Amino acid sequence: MRSFSLLSRSAGAAFLTPAGLLIGAFVIAPFFWVIYVSFTNRTLLGRTAMNPDFVGFANYFSLFDAASFFTRGEFGFSLILTVQFVLLSALAGQAALGMLLAWMLQSVPKSLKRLTEAVVIAAWILPEVVVAFAWFAFLDYENGTLNMIMDALGLPPGDWLLSFPFWVIVVFNTWRGTAFSMMLFNSAFSSIPPSYFQAADVAGATSWQKFRDIGLPLIRGHVVTDLILITMWTFNVFTPFLLTSGGPSYRTEILPIYTYRVAFRDFEFGKGAAVGVIVMLINLVFALFYLWVTRRRAKGVAA
Amino acid sequence: MTRYLNLYFTRIGFSVLTALVGVLFALPLVWFIFAPFNPRAEMGLAIPDPFSLSNFETVFGNRFALRGLWNSLVQSVGGVILVGAGATLASYALSRSPIPGKNVITYILLLFSSVVSGSAAMVPIFLIVNGIGLIDTQIAVILVFAGGLLPTAMFILRDFIDSIPKSYEESAMVAGASPVQAFFDVALPVIRPGIVVVVVWAFVNIWGSFLIPFILLRSSEKMPAAVAIYSFYSEAGTPIVTLLAAYSLLYSLPVIILYLFVSWKFGFRFFGGIKA
Repeated sequence: MRSFSLLSRSAGAAFLTPAGLLIGAFVIAPFFWVIYVSFTNRTLLGRTAMNPDFVGFANYFSLFDAASFFTRGEFGFSLILTVQFVLLSALAGQAALGMLLAWMLQSVPKSLKRLTEAVVIAAWILPEVVVAFAWFAFLDYENGTLNMIMDALGLPPGDWLLSFPFWVIVVFNTWRGTAFSMMLFNSAFSSIPPSYFQAADVAGATSWQKFRDIGLPLIRGHVVTDLILITMWTFNVFTPFLLTSGGPSYRTEILPIYTYRVAFRDFEFGKGAAVGVIVMLINLVFALFYLWVTRRRAKGVAA
Repeated sequence: MTRYLNLYFTRIGFSVLTALVGVLFALPLVWFIFAPFNPRAEMGLAIPDPFSLSNFETVFGNRFALRGLWNSLVQSVGGVILVGAGATLASYALSRSPIPGKNVITYILLLFSSVVSGSAAMVPIFLIVNGIGLIDTQIAVILVFAGGLLPTAMFILRDFIDSIPKSYEESAMVAGASPVQAFFDVALPVIRPGIVVVVVWAFVNIWGSFLIPFILLRSSEKMPAAVAIYSFYSEAGTPIVTLLAAYSLLYSLPVIILYLFVSWKFGFRFFGGIKA
């Protein structure tokens, strides 16, 4: 039977045009444009702003210059810092804490569940500049809430943003993003038939055993999805800029902030574009992996 | 008997631990609950005495502050209209027309949109906007956001439209409606809940974003609230805390209201696809 189509091919093309133009101009064109710019010495001002020269791989060589690669404020330092940032704040922070919360929320009273979810989700949905400002007040040396608590506990106050800037953005990003993992795991756990857990209860299983032998294996797919997504988002997150501007002395300069500084503070567009290309390549690896996982899963369901 | 005790203690232990984590999450926001209502607010946590709305009066008396909120509204609504209309038309076409390679198109767009993040593509986005002469215009912010959010919006909506039986439109066409009439009069009302979700999602995304307007805009009278908020500092460089706190709350309100609206109306759902 020939399937009858509701929209002719030309009408379909017309319907696709507005979205196609916007995506073409502001998503697909930038993808190719950034590759082109990364091979030039384009700057914001001066002669090379209008007529940039083709410089081959010079920008990439300068990024991977072995002499300065690991120096603070250089690409290698920023790359390694970003990897640590992702491992600590996304994987060890958001995913683990989200998992713990989601598991506990299955068995706590409804009202406590609601309240906890509301707070964790608030950290996630409030605009980034607002939470950054709230954290400024929270960490303030003189009067901040954190030092007030430290004082009440008899501990010495800390000038957190100056002494431990990297740990501040790690904790901040964990706080900011845990909601996503929590909600994803929460809905995954709730989709497991309760009878599985009841059977385990009858057999006298502890919560840890139920988690290890029933909960975790059954939501494995969701865990993979979660890990890939939060890794990508954390890898590209610009929000710590609002808390530290990348400082003090480059100690929180993760790649998005590094890109911004090179391009818009030092005005080296060519070099900034080269960083952008590398970031996009890393994004591409994660995105392809994600598509591969989801497609494989879709096939598994169909089979 | 022991196993019931076991369950019981697990429940208590989990409740205590959950409450503790909840409190830890709330701590950084506690200050933000009180400061907007405290006419003498500082960085320190203090219960306002008395509670007062004078900080809000200051905000409403500040033309520049209001301008920022207005600009946020213009840019968000502008972006939302483009995303909503563009994604509805495009995802309808991807769902209902015989265009070859529809699935491949959807996935490639999604791939591009997740690879080309704002932080990776800030240089070319700036250069392209500069090249077409739109630097320092609100329309540039609107267009860039629309382009970036459209692929995910199309993906969400296409899922939604695919789940609607074609017989709705087919029966309308048997009764003599043209394909375009079938779209506007029959399909559109059925798709509307999906469009609402996409529109709210896009609005919240644009409303809260800092980086794109920060890069593309220069003149202070065009800045959305996310950027304008950084001008509320005294000449000595210290923040005007009272103004900032009240302004932050006003600026957060639409996001909070929309979140409550969506979770009340639809419950919380997860959509496939990769967030921009």
